[in-house]
Amino acid sequence: MTNPIVDIEKAKVILVIGSNTTENHPVISSYIKRAVKFKGAKLIVIDPRKIKLTLFSEKWLRPLPGTNVAWINGLIHVIIKEKLFDAEFIKKRTIDFDKLEKSIEKFTPDYVESITGIKKEDLIEVARLYAQAKPGTILYCMGITQHTSGTDNVKSLANLAMLCGNLGIEGGGVNPLRGQNNVQGACDMGGLPNVFTGYQAVTDPNIKTRIEKTWNVKGLSIKPGLTATEMIPAAGEGHIKSLYIMGENPLVSDPDITHVEKCFKALDFLVVQDIFITETAQMADVILPATCFAEKEGTFTNTERRVQRVRKAVHAPGKALGDWEIICRLSTHMGVPLTYQNSREIMDEIAMVTPSYRGITYERLETENLHWPCPDLKHPGTPVLHKDTFPHGKGVFHGIDYIPSTEKTNKTYPLLLTTGRVLYHYHTGTMTMQTQGLNEMSPECFIEITPEDAGTYNIMDGEMIQITSKRGSVQAIAKFSPKAVNGTVFMPFHFAKAAANKLTSTKLDPVSKIPELKVCAVKLNRIKIDA
Amino acid sequence: MKNNKSITINGNQFSFRPEDTILEVAQRNGIFIPTLCHLKGTTPTGACRVCMVEVKGARSLVASCAAPAMDGMDVQTESSDVIRSRKLTISLLLSSGHHDCLLCPATGDCVLQQLAYRYKVSGTQFEASNARYPLENVNPFIIRDFSKCVLCGRCVQACNDIQVNNAIDLGYRGSAAKVVTAGDRSLKDSDCVFCGECIQACPVGALYPKDALNKPRYGETQKIRTTCSYCGVGCQMHLHVKDNLVQKVTGVDTAPNNGSLCVKGRFGYDFIASKDRLTTPLIRKKGKFCDASWDEALTLVAKKFTQIQKKHGSDSIGVLTSARITNEDNYIAQKFTRAILKTNNIDHCARL
Ligand code: SF4
Ligand code: SF4
Ligand code: SF4
Ligand code: FES
Repeated sequence: MTNPIVDIEKAKVILVIGSNTTENHPVISSYIKRAVKFKGAKLIVIDPRKIKLTLFSEKWLRPLPGTNVAWINGLIHVIIKEKLFDAEFIKKRTIDFDKLEKSIEKFTPDYVESITGIKKEDLIEVARLYAQAKPGTILYCMGITQHTSGTDNVKSLANLAMLCGNLGIEGGGVNPLRGQNNVQGACDMGGLPNVFTGYQAVTDPNIKTRIEKTWNVKGLSIKPGLTATEMIPAAGEGHIKSLYIMGENPLVSDPDITHVEKCFKALDFLVVQDIFITETAQMADVILPATCFAEKEGTFTNTERRVQRVRKAVHAPGKALGDWEIICRLSTHMGVPLTYQNSREIMDEIAMVTPSYRGITYERLETENLHWPCPDLKHPGTPVLHKDTFPHGKGVFHGIDYIPSTEKTNKTYPLLLTTGRVLYHYHTGTMTMQTQGLNEMSPECFIEITPEDAGTYNIMDGEMIQITSKRGSVQAIAKFSPKAVNGTVFMPFHFAKAAANKLTSTKLDPVSKIPELKVCAVKLNRIKIDA
Repeated sequence: MKNNKSITINGNQFSFRPEDTILEVAQRNGIFIPTLCHLKGTTPTGACRVCMVEVKGARSLVASCAAPAMDGMDVQTESSDVIRSRKLTISLLLSSGHHDCLLCPATGDCVLQQLAYRYKVSGTQFEASNARYPLENVNPFIIRDFSKCVLCGRCVQACNDIQVNNAIDLGYRGSAAKVVTAGDRSLKDSDCVFCGECIQACPVGALYPKDALNKPRYGETQKIRTTCSYCGVGCQMHLHVKDNLVQKVTGVDTAPNNGSLCVKGRFGYDFIASKDRLTTPLIRKKGKFCDASWDEALTLVAKKFTQIQKKHGSDSIGVLTSARITNEDNYIAQKFTRAILKTNNIDHCARL
């Protein structure tokens, strides 16, 4: 997030895009609801589903899945044509405004309506709402990133925020809500194929030399590695021979899992390190028992870049060990001892090699709230990014064209399936499904459908049905829901037994390599019961 | 600029901010005024009358949680009138329900109990009235014991003004008053999402987690502050621990969550002590997983990685680190991948 969570209550207008916040980030949703109920903020929800937040919203726009760039460009079009933009901000802080102007020329409200299904009056109204109330914040989630055009979507949102001068100010910003507890931290720590910690490029020879010195090693690779979504197919093709997987369960969470399974089978050697025998672990050659958050010391970095302590409360079961301890021992077995007394020592090394974490220590975290960048021990941290300048000086507008999703409905697969999460479960359910109460509230996989669509296919509420895409087929209970809209069905991806990701597509966004989990054409069938 | 406005509390002068209540000035200066219904972050309702103080010149006692501080005010927080009124309020509260502290899960953590002790009110002065409404436990998470409810309204404010789930409200009138959901249905059939904010707000034992009766009570457990391991909000929480088990989870009143949690963070901790947890390294032998020592398992992994590295090159191995584990874990994972495996094939599932 460019801005801290508390800023939400300072905003006059809040755009929530592709985020079912009340279920996925419940505590953030309270900030949104309080802003509306007590602070007079105007909420605009843009989502294909009629999510709970629409009860609080001034406007709800329902774009066809996969058409985000089109409506964002549409908003920009209206704001420019009606001269509602922040001319001073654009002049002082940005470049390439002309490129943006050119690229949005064709996105007239009529044209946008024809692509997205959003009525032109609604588009114009929302454009005015966002542009005329400052500060305005944009909150978005997987609904924006899990498309083949995910990177474009995010850039388009940055265009929109810059256009209205909503960056670098309290209550503004472009704010991704991270799904998992430490997505931010995993990225910050260099758990990415192209960067070391703090987003330092592996291809930069100076950085490489500096890190080699600190680590006291030679010959670090300057070739960017493969992303997770590339590694798995590479295993299938025989380029990757061995995978070491920690705390992940790609056999439920990844798209097209029938294919993932095939790829894993092709591996010479699979190591899985986890707290449970997950679906993925069942395919491993070696399973290493790790500790969970309540058994370890360390830090997580939350979605607003705040580094927070994790503390040991109970002892680990049996022989389970902390993840870093296991890796260090393994390294020693490979002939290169990695030794640390404790997690604090590791944090000190992180601070040493990472400019944006340099001022962060366990001592300070006892009493201070630190958002990175925090470049030195005196620095108070940076809750709001881009206050005076952008990372490269000026903010750059990107002209972005709308590219239609390749996944389309047709006669055989007439409905669009979107996938996501429910309140009572988390990711692949390995943790939440251990709590009986959570299972009671959300016992099994379902597919959300409107009564009208159900009528077309003769489906009854509560009936077990077969859902089929080009890639596979699963069964789930049909659930008539006020959240659903005609033509679109929704399934949560938590449930291994009815894994929605048997249906989804592996098509990747060309830059971010995020698979298109949000759009998938399916058909529904009643299950024939042989009497 | 000098601010000349001041208020006197128990004979000492204090300056104050324009929006301050008497209670806020007192709390900031370390002067204790008991409260029961007042819930931080919400508009005072003045329902319980426990926070009454004496203001010189005022005709009656004043609810300090709702009364704005004013220039020249002269306040007494423990005068004999105040104490008399407080004792009466407390004893009425005690007699309004079935306050059997011996068997109450809130013992030790109950504001009413603390007040009774501080002001030496025994609870026998009025006869306890019979519970009008039966206990509700037909949902997976929360027990509502109406016989202990003092109708302070904090749960209602927690639900409506903090979490804004609008699931409960004060219903019925007079002696029939009750905290109700829409249509007075059970929580399970209401808009309740089991965030448990109301449990944390309840000053007595009228709302508690379903399993609380079989768990150690306040004072028997040790609180450890940590960060929720589910979503990216990173709520700050206390794990209440006894016998190497997490017994309860509560929200910490600090950023980013200011005490709030959601149903997963508050109730989804059973996995920690689950019987299904992995407790030993496992090696697949002839298709079956066999227990192994760390030495055995890591020797095998080290040998295989080295072989594969030699035979197929460094880029033939890949590491998937995790958005679930700590920064320190991730740092070591990428250091190992880059420095020892000599490849940049490392990623995690942020993309998913
Ligand atoms: S658990 Fe949460 S939603 Fe349910 S009544 Fe309590 S505060 Fe409201
Ligand atoms: S249930 Fe608890 S918080 Fe709610 S009104 Fe009764 S005593 Fe107050
Ligand atoms: S308590 Fe709920 S909202 Fe808070 S971090 Fe945990 S999962 Fe997220
Ligand atoms: S705390 Fe002031 S009236 Fe209850």
